[in-house]
Amino acid sequence: MLSLTHYTTLSIVLFLIGLFGFILRRNLIVMLVSLEIMLNAIIILFASISHFTKDISGYIIVFFIIAMAAAETAIGLSLVVLIYKKLKTVYSDEITNFKG
Amino acid sequence: MLEKSFEVMTNFNIFVFLIPFLPLVASIITLIFGKKYFRDKSHFLPVLALFLSFLLSIKVLIDVIGGKIYNFDVYTWIFASHLKVGLGFLIDPLSALMVAMVASLSFLIHVYSIGYMSGDPGYYRFFSYISLFTFFMFMLCMSNNLAQLYLGWEGVGLCSYLLIGFWYEKKSAADAGKKAFIVNRVGDFGFALGIFMVFYYLGTLYYHEIFPKLSEISHSYLNILGLKVYVPFLASFLLFCGAVGKSAQFPLHVWLPDAMEGPTPVSALIHAATMVTAGVFMVCRLHPLFELSNAMMCIVAFVGAFTCFMAATIAPTQFDIKRVIAFSTLSQLGYMFMACGVGAFIAGMFHLFTHAYFKALLFLGAGSVIHALHHAPDPNDIRIMGGLKKYMPVTFWTFLIASLSISGIPGFAGFFSKDEILSQAYFSQYPWGKIIWFIGWVVAAMTAFYTFRVVFRAFYGEFKGKDVIHGYPHESPKVMTIPLIFLAIGAVIAGWIGVPEVLGGNNLIEKFLEPVLGHPKVIHEIPHSTEYLLMGLSVLAGLSGIFLAWLVYIKVPALETVFSRNLKLLYTFLYRKWCFDELYHLIIIRPVLWTARCIVSKISDNFIIEGIVNGSARLVNIVGTGLRYLHTGIVNYYGSFVLLGVIIYIILYLYLK
Repeated sequence: MLSLTHYTTLSIVLFLIGLFGFILRRNLIVMLVSLEIMLNAIIILFASISHFTKDISGYIIVFFIIAMAAAETAIGLSLVVLIYKKLKTVYSDEITNFKG
Repeated sequence: MLEKSFEVMTNFNIFVFLIPFLPLVASIITLIFGKKYFRDKSHFLPVLALFLSFLLSIKVLIDVIGGKIYNFDVYTWIFASHLKVGLGFLIDPLSALMVAMVASLSFLIHVYSIGYMSGDPGYYRFFSYISLFTFFMFMLCMSNNLAQLYLGWEGVGLCSYLLIGFWYEKKSAADAGKKAFIVNRVGDFGFALGIFMVFYYLGTLYYHEIFPKLSEISHSYLNILGLKVYVPFLASFLLFCGAVGKSAQFPLHVWLPDAMEGPTPVSALIHAATMVTAGVFMVCRLHPLFELSNAMMCIVAFVGAFTCFMAATIAPTQFDIKRVIAFSTLSQLGYMFMACGVGAFIAGMFHLFTHAYFKALLFLGAGSVIHALHHAPDPNDIRIMGGLKKYMPVTFWTFLIASLSISGIPGFAGFFSKDEILSQAYFSQYPWGKIIWFIGWVVAAMTAFYTFRVVFRAFYGEFKGKDVIHGYPHESPKVMTIPLIFLAIGAVIAGWIGVPEVLGGNNLIEKFLEPVLGHPKVIHEIPHSTEYLLMGLSVLAGLSGIFLAWLVYIKVPALETVFSRNLKLLYTFLYRKWCFDELYHLIIIRPVLWTARCIVSKISDNFIIEGIVNGSARLVNIVGTGLRYLHTGIVNYYGSFVLLGVIIYIILYLYLK
């Protein structure tokens, strides 16, 4: 039977994959995907804790995060499209307009 | 003593309260809405408020004559352990008289200003300031404690500054305002210390608590650097510093002549009739404290006498009509302090009262002349006047009445009050009384001389200003001449409340003020024959002054330059006002400026202040230059920084738990 530890491990692994994906990849779309992976890691963690503690507040937070993630992805992708239209690139190391 | 003959009212009285607060409300409304909405109607509210205050002050005066005294607190203003200061009013004979005088004069001068200031771009500002001044003056006169007196004291100083510098685009006016303010600071510093000292030794600031406690300090001495100083002497000396500044006595008199840069109604109200007499009022108010120390009374008397004499020597050499009157104000204020210094506080207050009317009248008359000549480059110069009697009859007659009054011609107000001072100085218990009498007597002749010098030069002879004003002057509008007529009535009858007993009067003012100011400190038996002799001598002095002026300025005009030609050095000395301005410039202004330029500016400004300011800018620059390498513009790095921050937080959290 799966225990909380398994879920937690899965969550941490997914979070780290997302984190390193966000920091190391240069493609903006892949970075957005990495953000989603991190969010999903959090969702799994909340859901599993809720399941094992018989407390439904975790599930409620999961719903909020899913709704927020959908909105965030929509905005993020549309921004990427706009950036591409403007700068003809989606690679973050080529977008250095804010260099100090 | 007060409680015996008077009924003391300690409840809140709306009439008393409204006297000062009506002008305040009018002033604030006029200041806020005047520029946009009232414009040339700005005079309406202040004049109305002053009229109501005037009626109320008459009502309160009648109440006080009827045997009532108001002494109440509106609310407690400052409350800290045993320091309790209230916003309170004390209406006893002294303040009721003062308030009635201030209200009547202020009302008349408000009306006069409608004509004098018409068309000025700062019309609303003028009326707002002058109403505000009246509010503070009422607060000063009516207060029942020293803190509120100080509030009024500083408030009138502020309004004086604002009004002297009313035409602030003129540099001399702005400078004169600053000078008045700064010179007054010197006196007010002493005044504040005096108030602290009264509080330190007596533990209260209320008049009705101070006076019974005075006997506690009548034997106390203070040790300053091994010198034993009598406490009441030091306290009253410090308070007197404030009076010297505000009433423009030597050595702080230098601001008053320059204050004539302000509009003439201001000179009449503030720098002749009311504010400058606040010092005399304060000395009279606190007379039991001053009387404790003979040395202090001597100082008061001789400061007054010296100022009186000095101003009377300067006045005949001046050519600016307002400055002549300003020096005569100095001189008359000197008289009041002389009266206080010989213990004749009632005579001092009486002279204050009559002086307010005839001096305001002199100023307003001068203002009327200036108004008529305002096309001239320097309308104040008496050398371009002459023969104005024909063109400005009302101004002439009222000015003449004021001049006769100040010269002490029998029947006019100035005669009674000046005579009262001189005779009480002569019969004073204090040993310096006779000297004071002599100085006062000499100055009386000089006063008549320089006052009639102005009358003869301005109103007699031929008009000399045809070329500068391209035509002849006209009489001022009714709104200006009617206040002149009212003031002229005041300048005659104000003295009739104090007709001495030798002339068949019953000296009402002495009976009225005696419960507050005490009986004059004179020897017990005054021979009537001597009194008649003194009266005759002072009338003779006045008449001889007028005669001399007539001789020099009408009969034999060649005499006019004899003095200035033959005693050139002395004349220049007098013309330059005893060189006090130059002296102060040399010993105060230049060292201060030198310190400012060479020490403060070089060391503290260049090193410390600029070091801090420029140093902080440079620091920000350096830090910013370093940090800009972190600002790569690449999102991934920012993500790493967020991660780094979270890691630092977690570490801190784990370690600091």
